[in-house]
Amino acid sequence: MLKISLSRLEELFAAIAEKQTLYIPSDRADGAAEFTKWEPGKALTQKLNTLRSAKDFFFPQTENIVDFKMEGKNIQVIDQRSEHEDFVIFGVRPCDARSFTILDKVFLSEPVDSFYKNRRDHGTVVTMACSRPAETCFCGTFGIDATEPEGDAACWSDGEDLFIKANNDKGQAFIDSISSLLEEGDTAKLDQVKAKTKEILSRLPLANLSTAAFGGDTLNEHFNSEKWAELSESCLGCGTCTFVCPTCQCYDIKDFNTGNGIKRFRCWDSCMYSDFTKMAHGNPRTSQLERFRQRFMHKLVYFPANNNGEFGCVGCGRCLSKCPISMNIVKVMKALEVK
Amino acid sequence: MQEAMIKRAKELLADGSVKRVIGWKRGEFAYDITPAVFESAEELDKDFVFDDFTSANVSKYLVKESKKEGKVLVFLKPCDTYSLNQLTKEHRVDRDNIYVIGIPGGPKLDIEKIKAKGITGILSVKNDNYTLKIDTLYGEETMPFSEAILDKCASCKSKKHVTYDELIGEDGDVLDSDRFDMVEKLENMTAQERYDFWREQLSKCIRCNACRNVCPACTCEKCVFDNPNSGVENKAASDSFEENMFHIIRAFHVAGRCTDCGECSRVCPQNIPLHLLNRKFIKDINSLYGEYQAGADTTSRAPLTDYTADDCEASIVHERGAE
Repeated sequence: MLKISLSRLEELFAAIAEKQTLYIPSDRADGAAEFTKWEPGKALTQKLNTLRSAKDFFFPQTENIVDFKMEGKNIQVIDQRSEHEDFVIFGVRPCDARSFTILDKVFLSEPVDSFYKNRRDHGTVVTMACSRPAETCFCGTFGIDATEPEGDAACWSDGEDLFIKANNDKGQAFIDSISSLLEEGDTAKLDQVKAKTKEILSRLPLANLSTAAFGGDTLNEHFNSEKWAELSESCLGCGTCTFVCPTCQCYDIKDFNTGNGIKRFRCWDSCMYSDFTKMAHGNPRTSQLERFRQRFMHKLVYFPANNNGEFGCVGCGRCLSKCPISMNIVKVMKALEVK
Repeated sequence: MQEAMIKRAKELLADGSVKRVIGWKRGEFAYDITPAVFESAEELDKDFVFDDFTSANVSKYLVKESKKEGKVLVFLKPCDTYSLNQLTKEHRVDRDNIYVIGIPGGPKLDIEKIKAKGITGILSVKNDNYTLKIDTLYGEETMPFSEAILDKCASCKSKKHVTYDELIGEDGDVLDSDRFDMVEKLENMTAQERYDFWREQLSKCIRCNACRNVCPACTCEKCVFDNPNSGVENKAASDSFEENMFHIIRAFHVAGRCTDCGECSRVCPQNIPLHLLNRKFIKDINSLYGEYQAGADTTSRAPLTDYTADDCEASIVHERGAE
């Protein structure tokens, strides 16, 4: 497999950044990792994953989609779309890489979301295999192999070298663009690292978490479960889980009156919020129980029902770490699977 | 302590004194504790937990729970009792329908501080004479208890329970804390430095509203920021300053009512030190109107909703702004 010494990462990043804008996960002042634009001297984080997911690259929290300008009796419609620049996201973890596949199913199915597609077409996802999974990880539950990441191109580290392999044409074009820095390398040590990681993955506290009790055909059973009352009892109704989640994709459209026109924004929304999917008569889900249920039913029942059995979760564990009251999809699954 | 709490809760459930118990429920790991309502001895035995990670302030749940039929038992740490008093003062809870058992406070642990040391794959955390022994998937790790203390506990203002019906353990005193040190540091910065500090911090905000929703002082039936008809609902931030304004406005809204329980900063997924905004208000109120601690009692008039001839004049804004 092609490789480059880890000591030459800076050189590699510089070579990528020369051609395209490069984003890498790096540590910010408070110690948390986040994707930031690479510039000389910016180092790759040692943390397992970024605090926020990588979905912002394709589905930003807020985007101005169209403006309307009033001039007398005329309304001018100003399309805010422009061809996105080419960019590379380096170091995406296997869970987050899978989240793009899930988002694709929503935004790239008919009618195609041109804002999302524009960014997706111009972005190259370079993934990084995991070697130190956390106790909150459960990507295996959703069929993700943390040692064999998806994405356009995939990377592995054996502690000395960074190995890289293309998963598709876009990934191959990316590797070709940096091929002068790469050399063929022996993967014997990497294979050992992978085997060790697999062994750890099998011992994770959530390694046995199963989706067997869920799926598109379990709607009535789960929707009507009495357990939602207890599960949702202490939910604060905040949007933390939704906003750190790599697969939550619901959005709202907001118009701002500029005085002589309208600026229209698309922004992330949360089913936990009281004004979610607000219609003329209000929010169809009037209680926090219903809002809470919606989020988990979407991921475990409705999404697979509409997407050939694929679940709307990748097991990244962010909601497990960040929910202010530590209620999360794992606790919900474990409670609901007991008949 | 946990055993004594469970025992007493069972007694009060059994003799009909209370119908429900608010406490903390154990999770999947050593640290992911969820506030919960228990209704039976079996539930208490199975899941009730009180340990170094039970830091959540459960007093806000009383807004809802105290209005249900039958008395509710709640276990409150000293800091949590200030929140309950403030809620009582604002007529947001039915205090007569609440039975408070005061329990010892922290210091509680912050799992994020343990993880920040690079410790991962955490299977258990044991406090061995103030050294944390942490069993992980990658072997055993140790670190001093003192380095994993939650920020809100590190600057604890009081070990005194300001309201309770009975105590388990002993009551403590109001403490001399260093909680205004960082506020002073910020005050001593130049306006530009201070602006830069807050811009960096507040720009991390993802508007999840966790700070607002956990805040015992934020109990409006409908928050103005959730009301699409208010004109200020800003789920979509039209510029990078909107999140900043949200936090500043919220701090104004809870000024004089915030007890400094520290939950806002504890739950912030982006590690924004929101409590510093509240502490600035508390410090200013103390210096401009005389020492005042929100939640210390249920009857006194709060400085910002009271008038005395000694109140500072509006010109104070002008004078201080010139500093």
